[in-house]
Amino acid sequence: MRLYLLAVLLMMSSGFPGLFLRRRGGEVAAVLMSLGAVIGLTAAIRVLAGGPVATFALPPAPLATAGLLTLDPIGAFFAIPVFLLPACAAIYGIGYWDDHQENVRTLRLVLGLLAASLAFLIVSTHALPFLLGWEGMAISAFILVMTEDRLPEARRAGWIYLVCTHTGTLALFGAFAILYSASGHWVLSGLPRDFAASGQGTVLFVLCLFGFGLKAGIMPLHLWLPPTHAAAPSHVSSVMSGVLIKMGILGLVRLLSWIPDPPFWWGAVLMALGAISGILGVAFALGQHDLKRLLAYHSIENIGIILLGLGLGTLGKSTGHPVIQLLGFAGALLHVLNHSLFKGLLFLAAGSVVHAVGLRDLERMGGLGRRMPWTSAAFLVGSWAICGLPPLNGFVSEWLIYLGSFRALGFFQWPWSLVVLTALALIGALAMACFAKAYGAVFQGSPRTEAAGAAHESPRSMLVPMGILAVACAIIGLAPMLLAPALDRVVAALGEGTGMPHLSLLVNLPSLTILALVMLGLVVLLWRWLRPVDSGGTLPTWDCGYAVSSPRMQYTASSFADGLVGGLRWVLWPMSHGGKVTRSFPVDQPFESHVPDPVLDRLADPVFRSLSAGATLLRFFQGGQLHVYLLYVLLTLLTLLLWMVA
Amino acid sequence: MSQPLIPVSIQWAVHLLTLLVLPPLIPGLINKVKAVMAGRSGPPVLQLYYDLAKLAHKRAVFSRTTTWVFLAGPIGTVVAGMVAGLLVPFGHTGTPLSFEGDVILFAYLFGLARFLTVLSALDTGSSFEGMGAAREVAFSALAEPALFLGFAALAKASSSLSLSTMLLGSGLGSGRIAGPLILVLVGWAIVFLAENARIPVDDPNTHLELTMIHEVMVLDHSGRPLALVLYGASLKLLVLGAMLMDPLFPRAPQAWQNWLIFYAGLGALAVAVGLVESMTARFRMTKVPQFLIAGILASAFAFLLLLV
Repeated sequence: MRLYLLAVLLMMSSGFPGLFLRRRGGEVAAVLMSLGAVIGLTAAIRVLAGGPVATFALPPAPLATAGLLTLDPIGAFFAIPVFLLPACAAIYGIGYWDDHQENVRTLRLVLGLLAASLAFLIVSTHALPFLLGWEGMAISAFILVMTEDRLPEARRAGWIYLVCTHTGTLALFGAFAILYSASGHWVLSGLPRDFAASGQGTVLFVLCLFGFGLKAGIMPLHLWLPPTHAAAPSHVSSVMSGVLIKMGILGLVRLLSWIPDPPFWWGAVLMALGAISGILGVAFALGQHDLKRLLAYHSIENIGIILLGLGLGTLGKSTGHPVIQLLGFAGALLHVLNHSLFKGLLFLAAGSVVHAVGLRDLERMGGLGRRMPWTSAAFLVGSWAICGLPPLNGFVSEWLIYLGSFRALGFFQWPWSLVVLTALALIGALAMACFAKAYGAVFQGSPRTEAAGAAHESPRSMLVPMGILAVACAIIGLAPMLLAPALDRVVAALGEGTGMPHLSLLVNLPSLTILALVMLGLVVLLWRWLRPVDSGGTLPTWDCGYAVSSPRMQYTASSFADGLVGGLRWVLWPMSHGGKVTRSFPVDQPFESHVPDPVLDRLADPVFRSLSAGATLLRFFQGGQLHVYLLYVLLTLLTLLLWMVA
Repeated sequence: MSQPLIPVSIQWAVHLLTLLVLPPLIPGLINKVKAVMAGRSGPPVLQLYYDLAKLAHKRAVFSRTTTWVFLAGPIGTVVAGMVAGLLVPFGHTGTPLSFEGDVILFAYLFGLARFLTVLSALDTGSSFEGMGAAREVAFSALAEPALFLGFAALAKASSSLSLSTMLLGSGLGSGRIAGPLILVLVGWAIVFLAENARIPVDDPNTHLELTMIHEVMVLDHSGRPLALVLYGASLKLLVLGAMLMDPLFPRAPQAWQNWLIFYAGLGALAVAVGLVESMTARFRMTKVPQFLIAGILASAFAFLLLLV
């Protein structure tokens, strides 16, 4: 535990020296952050490898409850992305947000604070440190989103985020109050049996689902996610999408670990929300033109996949089927880790593109694969993994959830697990379409604008973190059995722990490795067979003789997705303006299409606008005239007097 | 390991040999059937072998816009097809590799092949190829659920998750499974036609780029990469064909009889595809989604029938 706290301190202080240094602040921050990450990961891996669960309690009286901070398997598992990603982001930040950028010192300082709050939060097993960590995370993330505060877009995103996160915290206050009334202390620990089925238990579940769901970005509560991820600097987005939204999942996982007997409908609700978030998340991603907004919608999709696994595991727990519980929870938790790795990677690669081109609009890119080969390879690895394609890590976690739902088909007589199955299959196919669109529009073909044509590969300090994450994706994909014992321990902490089978005995992970190696071997063979005929490539694309005269004739990202967006018209409600050809000799016509967010743009924005318009009516009572206010006082006193007399 | 070693290794060898050598024969058979139906003599059945041999000696031409991803499509198609071919049983002859959950790997391998093919099409920057790629991903989003619903139905019927038991364990013998099985096979037949770019979804012989789906994605491949593309497509025909036909095969006592049954079944499938292509026209592009949704519905009804 001491080791862990040292790591938290190191991360927290990583930005301080930069405040006083004229140069090299980024390097210092990166070194401190990486050092903290290595120490913290050591502490976490020791627990995951079966070491003793460490606790930490403060000696003074008021807080002297046992287990103020506990590094248990759940916390240790979440610690892997919590340490890995901020360290990668700090290294990346050296080149990406260098000393000439605005607010660079604040950025480095607060990134360290965010990392420390996250690391503090995941080991908190008492309401007070939990909320402290939670708020520290929320506020430092707010400051990070506002890094480019001269842009109205960043200010708007920041405010939306701040409002959302505090609404969520309010729900958590309620949830912890219920926990206190049920258990009599503020230590977050197991609840008695039958509590979950009571009315209080229901309220607790709903509050937690709202508070944690708002952070995780479950579909109707996701409204802050796309604008925030788009507006923040890319390495901040990678930490937010990779780690911060996972804290919502951590909260739900902790809740499930306190409840010995979750009711059946909890699992069903989680599963339904998962299916909604998953399918709608990827559907809305298909409609985006902004690279980082697109990735943000994919975060919602992946949270959906995680919830499908959590829901399945909860169903297994509530009906007493340890196999389904294990497969569902293990799949969900592994997907938490996997998603942080590949989504962090994707955001870093997207940042590298933004750094080189200065734009986020997919329609203005193209041909970057030749100009930025390493970034392009990194983005490809991330896309490959996020689509759940073998043999990378995304496949392994989705595979576990699939296995759980197929097993559940045998146990349950109703078709809930079929929902998981079809949702996963549909999500997989749509995600593939979306990443083919993104990768194709950004990296392939020829550049559509001059800015894209002039792009150069990013500095090595930005490529190395991407390499680390890409290698991590490949390792988990090739050797998933390395993580099996750790997953066993985490799931055991989540459930009863008795009669739980072992993951390595239940599923055949080594065969995945064998097949992956067979694939690698075949690829090498075929590559060598093709290689000698490589002929430089000096000709244009043949294209049936239509040698492309203008790069603008290429298929755009919008046209690529048009078929699917059109097919999903009834949920996406895409909007388009212009493009009508009227006369026989038509003149140039502008055309624009976009898919607005259903909750933020179509619901929350109009509602709050009309609310604030309505609130101006109340201004009549506050005219700024002292005698009117004195009249109010008099009237209030009179009313109170009458009320007392009566 | 109750079986003796030598017959098993012979089975493996025959399986691998079939997987490597047989695929180009199937498109040849289909084309022969189509030619006969149209009253032509048609190209020889072994035409694709000749084409592959010729292409292997040709120099490939690469556009200046392409990167290494351009080669990932052809390689990915063949590699994914090969590995999927190790997982699928060729009739009642034993599968080289079989484990719980291999169905999902099987389906995702085809997803991988599609992803890489689409990317290598987009790598050229050609709008024709972009168009084909867009269609491919849109239609596959409908084919995928049909495939998985079929798997779910068979998993429920056979209470197993391994491709070899799912496809061969149920059999048409039991009356309760017969109805759902027919529906699953109808759904999968639709998936089979769509995935392999056959009429009525796509026409492999069309010469108008605007109406193509799969063919247009590989317009710019030449030489050895094109050989891999063609070989990969035929491999897909074999592997998905084996998946489609497996539940129909009766079990014979001898191994060689099982192999004969398998080859005969594949031949019958090729003839059937040839007949379908001779007798129907391809759908308008807007009709294709409806056809694929029919596949989803067939598989979904199969699952519902198993629930009651």
